[in-house]
Amino acid sequence: MTQPMEDTAGFALSPGALARIDALAARYPTKASALMPCLWVIMDELGWVPPSAIDLLVEKLSVTHARVNEVLTFYTMFRETPQAKYTLQVCHNISCHIMGSKPLIAHMEQKLGIKLGGRTSDGLFQIEGAECLGACGMGPCLQLGRHLYENVTPARADALLDSLRKGIVPRADTDREGVD
Amino acid sequence: MNPNDVAGQAGPKILSARFGRKDGHRLPVYEQEGGYTALRKVLGGMQPDEVTALVKESGLRGRGGAGFPTGTKWGFVPKGAEQVYFFVNADESEPGTFKDRFLLDYDPHQTIEGTIISCFAVRANLGFIYIRGEFGWLIDRVQKAVDECYAAGYLGKNILGSGYDLEMIVHKGAGAYICGEETGLINSVEGRKGQPSIKPPFPAVSGFLKKPTIVNNVESVASVPWIINNGAAAYRAYGTEKSPGSKLFSVSGPVKRPGVYEIPLGMPFRTFFEDILGGMADGEELKAVIVGGSSVPVLPADEIMACNLDYESLGSAGTMLGSGGMIVIPKRCDMVELIQVLMHFYWDESCGQCTPCREGTGWLHRLVKKLRRGEGTAEDLERLEHVCAGMAGLTICPLSDAAVMPMRSFLDKFRGEFEALIQDQAPVAASSRWPRGERE
Repeated sequence: MTQPMEDTAGFALSPGALARIDALAARYPTKASALMPCLWVIMDELGWVPPSAIDLLVEKLSVTHARVNEVLTFYTMFRETPQAKYTLQVCHNISCHIMGSKPLIAHMEQKLGIKLGGRTSDGLFQIEGAECLGACGMGPCLQLGRHLYENVTPARADALLDSLRKGIVPRADTDREGVD
Repeated sequence: MNPNDVAGQAGPKILSARFGRKDGHRLPVYEQEGGYTALRKVLGGMQPDEVTALVKESGLRGRGGAGFPTGTKWGFVPKGAEQVYFFVNADESEPGTFKDRFLLDYDPHQTIEGTIISCFAVRANLGFIYIRGEFGWLIDRVQKAVDECYAAGYLGKNILGSGYDLEMIVHKGAGAYICGEETGLINSVEGRKGQPSIKPPFPAVSGFLKKPTIVNNVESVASVPWIINNGAAAYRAYGTEKSPGSKLFSVSGPVKRPGVYEIPLGMPFRTFFEDILGGMADGEELKAVIVGGSSVPVLPADEIMACNLDYESLGSAGTMLGSGGMIVIPKRCDMVELIQVLMHFYWDESCGQCTPCREGTGWLHRLVKKLRRGEGTAEDLERLEHVCAGMAGLTICPLSDAAVMPMRSFLDKFRGEFEALIQDQAPVAASSRWPRGERE
């Protein structure tokens, strides 16, 4: 397929994304085994996996709809519906809990006027509780896409929200400034 | 990242030599410090079986949690197998565990060199590094390091002129704790739900695409280059007879210096806690420690203080070394609240294929919540134990046991806190005891 793929809802995958899907199908030992990375290509581009993208993977990887659907729904990071612009995931597992994720979540809920799992009416923010994010010694931690923030206090969360409202994603604690 | 996280290293630097270094993840830095000499040595004249024998001799035990000897696992690959696959398990998701992240973040080449050598030892021509999806930035860093290796001739066709070919794929997970179980991980890369498979057959005989497959933890693989360079005896000079070498411990909770530390196995917990972690943070008092990731039994302060940090000592104290994810619990914490947090986790992450786990984790979570709402009865404590008995050892994979171990130990060691939540202290009549088919 060389033309950008149009979805009924108007979502389209770029030619670059389609080329990446073809390359993955060729690189993995079987086409079906490329299913997860191909779903990631779609997630990275659209932020969710629309029905037309499922049809595309069925065709490209010679797998059934059921197979794509079961993988799409089993893994929490693949999303079947459009997401807010910024999805903030706060770890609420044991180490972050001990270090204060509960008051942090309560603060963010109050600040945004939504409950955990909810989305602001302007579609800008969504907050979710996340299971262990692998930053236990630097908790509480908060993840925004590929950006991880550590030792997050309510004040730091406020600064993050203010910055995001201006469209600026602050530097993550995992970025190695000047080296990457 | 907080510099404290990696400061205060003590003992051997088998794994952590480049921790905290800004540029330690780059190939020239790694090469300058002796990187890829182990690979040159292996490809320059060792046979795959010699590599396996050396790793066996070192006594290296799998660092993912189970502690199974790495070289022995490699030896299970059938002789003469035509196609073998090798997976590095970097699906680090065990609550309290963040050591593999440090290894891949600060020193991805050490793990990659270990992976290439491991692949050679089991005669694999395709290796995967399976990294949990939440580690987005880390996946990019490892992919860059793999690209550097292809460009330098450490990966691809005819590596270093040896005639050995190896391809390596960095595979991104998508948020499923269960994929850390080796058969779940394999199914996941096959493009399926990450549900574990019944063993036997073990993956070493029939794994990915039904071919022999070895799955090793990042830390196990990262230990291999040092063992090749320095020999089995040098490795055994650290640690104890049955737990040789060094181990990374990732420490969380309100201690003075949380972070990732490499220590020789067998170090007394007290030494580690007081000298290296600096004890509790100001104003905090030690209550309990979960020493090896959230799935192992908790030990109250006095019991952990009497332990050494190795497989045997912790085993005889009734817990496990596990992943080395050490969670330090302060006095101010409500143990019933903490177990609710953990039971929510296991319930959320159960893959759902085995009834005891799918239903049992939900039962445990609901019962603990009921207790915390102040609606619990003495019968509910019995019911917690009954549900645990119906879950332990009765499922395809250990997730069910991983929920039962903390549940039982919290109940056993901190029973008073559970009993304090029960309003109705009247003894339960035998006739009204569980099971009666009653639901909340």
